[in-house]
Amino acid sequence: MKQGKALLEVKGLRVAVAGTEILKGVDLAISDGEVHAIMGPNGSGKSTLAQVLAGHPAYTVLAGTVTYDGKDLLELKPEERAREGVFLAFQYPVEVRGITNSYFLRAALNALRKHRGLPELDPIDFLQFLEEKLKAIGWDDSMMNRPVNEGFSGGEKKRNEILQLAVLEPRLAILDETDSGLDIDALKTVAETVNKLRGPDRAFLIVTHYQRLLNYITPDVVHVLADGRIVKSGGPELAHELEAKGYDWLRDGVMVS
Amino acid sequence: MTSIEAHVQQPYKYGFVTDIESEVVPAGLDEDVIRLISAKKGEPAWMLEWRLKAYRNWLKMSEPHWPNVKYGPIDYQAISYYAAPKKLPKLDSLDQVDPKLVETFKKLGIPIEEQKRLTGVAVDAVFDSVSVATTFQAELAKYGVIFCPISQAIREHPELVQKYLGTVVPHNDNFFAALNTAVFTDGSFVYVPKGVRCPLELSTYFRINASSTGQFERTLIIADEGSYVSYLEGCSAPMRDEHQLHAAVVELVALDRATIKYSTIQNWYPGDEEGKGGIYNFVTKRGKCAGANSKISWTQVETGSAITWKYPGCILQGDNSIGEFYSVAVTSHRQQADTGTKMIHLGKNTRSTIVSKGISAGRGQNTYRGLVKIMKGAEGARNYSQCDSMLIGDKCGAHTFPYIDVRNSTAIMEHEASTSKIGEDQIFYLRQRGLSSEDAVSMIVNGFCKEVFKELPMEFAVEATRLLGISLEGSVG
Repeated sequence: MKQGKALLEVKGLRVAVAGTEILKGVDLAISDGEVHAIMGPNGSGKSTLAQVLAGHPAYTVLAGTVTYDGKDLLELKPEERAREGVFLAFQYPVEVRGITNSYFLRAALNALRKHRGLPELDPIDFLQFLEEKLKAIGWDDSMMNRPVNEGFSGGEKKRNEILQLAVLEPRLAILDETDSGLDIDALKTVAETVNKLRGPDRAFLIVTHYQRLLNYITPDVVHVLADGRIVKSGGPELAHELEAKGYDWLRDGVMVS
Repeated sequence: MTSIEAHVQQPYKYGFVTDIESEVVPAGLDEDVIRLISAKKGEPAWMLEWRLKAYRNWLKMSEPHWPNVKYGPIDYQAISYYAAPKKLPKLDSLDQVDPKLVETFKKLGIPIEEQKRLTGVAVDAVFDSVSVATTFQAELAKYGVIFCPISQAIREHPELVQKYLGTVVPHNDNFFAALNTAVFTDGSFVYVPKGVRCPLELSTYFRINASSTGQFERTLIIADEGSYVSYLEGCSAPMRDEHQLHAAVVELVALDRATIKYSTIQNWYPGDEEGKGGIYNFVTKRGKCAGANSKISWTQVETGSAITWKYPGCILQGDNSIGEFYSVAVTSHRQQADTGTKMIHLGKNTRSTIVSKGISAGRGQNTYRGLVKIMKGAEGARNYSQCDSMLIGDKCGAHTFPYIDVRNSTAIMEHEASTSKIGEDQIFYLRQRGLSSEDAVSMIVNGFCKEVFKELPMEFAVEATRLLGISLEGSVG
């Protein structure tokens, strides 16, 4: 791991949903600018980790701490976390009928800017800002005037999440199975965009079931989550090992780190 | 749904009472009271006769109980049928309006002093049973447009009133319309002459102030051949523990090629969280597209009232005439609404569009009830209906009763309906992007209502958006 104080530090995190314990003591530290991948079989708690970091109210934290940029993240409301720079690209993005992407993104961006003491952008300034962001990632504006995710294909919804990521410029971006439901071309586009958005001021936590996304995005650290615990951590080569061997060999309680 | 429920309760903003000396006739209803009202208005004999005829019919009618709403019995003898501020200005001089009234309307966001006028909007301000000010009358008169309190129209334009009043909603149309005909006190009258496009938005603001009274307003709008008018009504009332009755009748007449756009933002006091107090809003609104190629468009945003019972409809008599109904109805706390429209197709190639958005929150009950009737002679008629319901929380209800009666096989009917629920996941998604939960709910609701809001005049679309946010706050969950 790189030097420096961790941006995100998770210690002994235990989380339950609807009375069932899903995370059974997770430890994780991510420094500014690092890309971490969380892999693991279905039901291991990957998405739970993503949701609980973003503050979904359905999850109950039983024990443990989460420190983000020196703050107790668990004390913050979801919108406060977002304003502090935590972004979650959803596995299942919701539709917002009648509200255009452009309007939605401006409202979100302004909420963030307001929190940071920056002036809010009016529609004209925002369009200019948006144009620059789109140019930087090489996308066009065809999704901007459509209602948020309404009538979007699965792939379009995932791409839209990445577009929002590009506009909102988080300090910690969590990608929850962004690769699921993407065909190979869309997967490449998404990966390329994520690579463009990588930088010293932006850390990523990429949650994925398959290794294929990591063919295009090379993580600094790969973690394997199984049965609510991180059972193994390693470099990018770990992802390839998992691809070859599957998850079963890790399930027998082998704890390596 | 704890996080959505966690909103702070925002009180009804317009619930204040104006302390003003009023003349209130004692509670009770009989022919003498009707004679008294008629005399106070200085009405001609034919009007009194019509009122009495309606009253005698009303006595034989019974209160309708088919709507999907529940309320205790109304004691019609416990209501005062006339209340008016004692100091009333002469009608043509706005300077003489009691400053307390000016202040009241100012607080409601309705400037009645012309120097502080709302750009492009003429206002008739009705306080309890009387109109206290009508702005821009002289300006409108230059175009031949008559915009005045209906009591003034009865005195000054009897020929127009007599020709059209009661032609769309007859005196015995229904229980509440008959009651209104017997005791109506004020409301607006509009006449737009041939070929004139009314240069201003016309607007009436109804304010109930006195307690233990009912408000019975009557509005009549006539758009002569080839004319256009856009009219908006708004309303509010103080917070009181008692229920107050508001039974209005609105009649619209559009002659050949005329267009009437009628918008309502209804914000009567809805009662408290437990259902105590609030207005019973039992109104009859109907437009007649009497001429060929005429058009009547109703847009309503109903956020107030304990109970709403209204079905603004269109009688599409002229060939190629068009009827439209765009509605947003919100029920939260213990509010109940049974609202929708009636589209009666008589003429050939008549078209109607219905877009209804019902939002239920808290323990609110929201019912869409609509009738589309295609008569035998309505060759080539078309209707498109869309009824969408949104539920917020799990203690509220949404109901849809679309009635369709087609007697001509050339008719083309389309009906779409949907029910959705604002869920924790939807709110969470927006909050994860940095929006507060209040803003998230408001954004979801406004998006849901967009097709209706875009029909509102610009100035009022903003008001509607804001109002919706307020009425849902505290009930979301």
